[in-house]
Amino acid sequence: MNGRRGVAAAFLGVLLAGGCGTGSESVTVFAAASLTESFEEIALAYEERHPGTRVELNFAASSRLAGQITSGAPADVFASANLAQMDLVVGAGLAAGPPRTFATNILAIAVEPGNPLNIRGLADLARPELLVVLAAPEVPVGRYAGEALEAAAVEVRPVSLEATVKAVVTKVALGEADAGIVYRTDVLAADGAVEGVEIPDEDNVAAMYPIVALAGAADPDSAEAFVEFVVSPAGQAILARHGFTAP
Amino acid sequence: MMLEADVVVRRGEFVVSAAVTAAPGEVVAVVGPNGAGKTTLLRAVAGLSPIEQGTVRSAGRLLDDAASGLHVPPDARRIGMVFQDYALFPHLSALENVAFPLRASGTSAASARRRALAWLDRTGVAHRSGSRPRDLSGGEAQRVALARALVHEPDLLLLDEPLAALDVESRHRVRHDLAAHLATLRVPCLLVTHDPLEAALLADRLVVLEHGAVVQAGSLAELTRRPRSVWAARLVGTNLYRGTAGPGGITVGAATLAAIDPPQGPVFATVPPHAVTIHATRPEGSARNVWPGEVAAVEPLGSRVRVSVDGLLPIVAEITSDSLERLDLLVRPRVWVSVKATEVEVYPA
Amino acid sequence: MSEPGPPRTLRPPVPVAVMAAVAALFLLLPLLALAVRTPWTDIGSLLGGERVRQALRVSVIASTASLGLATLLGVPLAWVLARGDFPGKRWLRAFATLPMVLPPVVGGVALLLAYGRRGLVGESLADLTGVTIPFSMGAVVLAGAFVSMPFLVVTVEAALRSADTRYEEAAASLGARRWYVFRRVTLPMSAPALAAGMALAWARALGEFGATITFAGNLPGRTQTMPLAVFLELETDPEAAYLLSFLLLAVSVVVLVAMRGRAFGGR
Repeated sequence: MNGRRGVAAAFLGVLLAGGCGTGSESVTVFAAASLTESFEEIALAYEERHPGTRVELNFAASSRLAGQITSGAPADVFASANLAQMDLVVGAGLAAGPPRTFATNILAIAVEPGNPLNIRGLADLARPELLVVLAAPEVPVGRYAGEALEAAAVEVRPVSLEATVKAVVTKVALGEADAGIVYRTDVLAADGAVEGVEIPDEDNVAAMYPIVALAGAADPDSAEAFVEFVVSPAGQAILARHGFTAP
Repeated sequence: MMLEADVVVRRGEFVVSAAVTAAPGEVVAVVGPNGAGKTTLLRAVAGLSPIEQGTVRSAGRLLDDAASGLHVPPDARRIGMVFQDYALFPHLSALENVAFPLRASGTSAASARRRALAWLDRTGVAHRSGSRPRDLSGGEAQRVALARALVHEPDLLLLDEPLAALDVESRHRVRHDLAAHLATLRVPCLLVTHDPLEAALLADRLVVLEHGAVVQAGSLAELTRRPRSVWAARLVGTNLYRGTAGPGGITVGAATLAAIDPPQGPVFATVPPHAVTIHATRPEGSARNVWPGEVAAVEPLGSRVRVSVDGLLPIVAEITSDSLERLDLLVRPRVWVSVKATEVEVYPA
Repeated sequence: MSEPGPPRTLRPPVPVAVMAAVAALFLLLPLLALAVRTPWTDIGSLLGGERVRQALRVSVIASTASLGLATLLGVPLAWVLARGDFPGKRWLRAFATLPMVLPPVVGGVALLLAYGRRGLVGESLADLTGVTIPFSMGAVVLAGAFVSMPFLVVTVEAALRSADTRYEEAAASLGARRWYVFRRVTLPMSAPALAAGMALAWARALGEFGATITFAGNLPGRTQTMPLAVFLELETDPEAAYLLSFLLLAVSVVVLVAMRGRAFGGR
């Protein structure tokens, strides 16, 4: 009899411990996929400055993250790759305060290192023999790419609309695709696996990255502190190193 | 066109070393106790099991030659085989089953159907041609299997316990019909059975296999007159001993059997059960073979009784029911048996 | 004289029955929720929508082609594994069933590395014929066949292994050569298992996502299958996503019920 009760108690204990974050401090950050490398560094730096605090990172497409948050996922901070997704979260009343733009990201064309196919700009992407991949329009960078191409009046027939921007980078890095439109940060993050071709400012689209602490945060102070760190010079320096431009 | 097989077949630890021949139209039954290697031998002749040594020849063709490595696969041997459970293809009708060998060799559908139907008619199951095997009775299935094995006019017919799957009633009828079909056969037929009656009624010649070796071969008459195997002895219902005849008598293990002028050397000795007398006490008299024993089994056979006695030599005696009562054997298991030396038949092994 | 229900000794003990009920609920609730949230009233317009129709078309064509490929290659493989006797057979069986336990994305990456433009085989193929496989419906078919073939192989191999070889022996003794025996005896007799394996493989190919998106990419009308469409639609048009999900679910249920558990050894 005692054995069974003990097991039940342990079971409940595990459930409770998993559910609450009491005991050790942790900040759960939902961040856009394009923030992967930069936010990992930021998280480490934050943990150094705030010993005892653990930063949990969840990277995915901003649209997916917004969906998860509005469905009740337990997040403390939301960093989006575009304003529209942030508006969704704010509109649902889930933001603790007004969002702040902490970085911008511009588009670049990812090509094979050495650029053997001699791609100079957006116009080249219309070449029929090229295999061009873009991010799906449901993903912010995909939409921006579409806007940029439209503005430049370039008609591209992509062979694939990838679900994440990282997948676009991968396809180019593997040599399966000749070119893809990604963020400048993605090119830098690829660390030589792909080369970037700059898109001139007049054709480029800048993505605004807002960040906000969420109303449902387990520890609102920690959440706010993290946001502060991101917009602080230290955080900004990290972001710049990864290819972001100041807001 | 004969069948000539002289093979050594190995199945794991078990080795069968046997030679068997069959002339066109001759039915040779391979008999013996279960586990003797009969089916192993049959499968080797069919090409379903590889042989280790020896040759198999059928209709003038060399089918197996262990020395040169020649092995003609079963499908090229021109044989017809009936398996123990018939192995009728469950997804085909009886007619399609019988037509199978013809279709497999390229015969047109129409011609195959015609010939198959003719054979089903010959075996008396044409009215079941459209049925699936699972709907056929045991006897019907057996006939379909036989028709299927003969429709393509093979050089050799192989039957593996053809009646074993039947109940006693069907067996009687089917055996009769099978015998009739075999009689009209113009090719050799090798038949495997553990049932002596089946062998007796179907075969022209018997080959007795025991522990993977041929212990006796010949007609039924020869076998029963001079049994050389436990199987044959049991068939005849006689007591069989194997020993060495010397000046003192026939030595069978630790015992000595007295007989009249036996041929010297290794011999078989038989003692018919009706020549064995049972006594309650040590008998007096002229019988030279007397020993004590214990009643092991009592088997009534109408007005007669067969009594198995364990002793110096195991022996089966046949006495009347009256004697059984008088001796009170059921209560008193210890008895004495006696056999006159003149009743012991001896022949060279 | 008959008792209602199974005899007392075979009825499950109470804790077992309770956990079984919990398990059933655990599995059924998400499916029920999906059925409830599907926009039944909008079915007409949604089904008419370009996106949904395209995804349906790609899925049906590709999964059927995957099934064809999986069957064509899988049945001989199953036969060899069941009846063959050669060194390394255990390894071959392990590799043949590997895609079943491999995360699909890993499978997709492996396919890219083999058949992609710079792949082991793909590179030569591209150089010689100019044909590249990724980003085409062919890639979708290959990805589907890759993940679904093991299911077919496992089902058919089990059937062949437990099948009575006496029928094949009988056929041989009657003069049928090996190919004829395979066509007219082995295959027909393993037809139920083959059908079950094919149904399972088709359902698996239909539901494939990770390998497809990695190897074939995602392009509506060409490589965007129903699962891919669900994944992407979920963010922008959840209603369409629910409908597609429900369609996929319905197809799977129909297939599984029709098989009546035969692939899993039931009756």
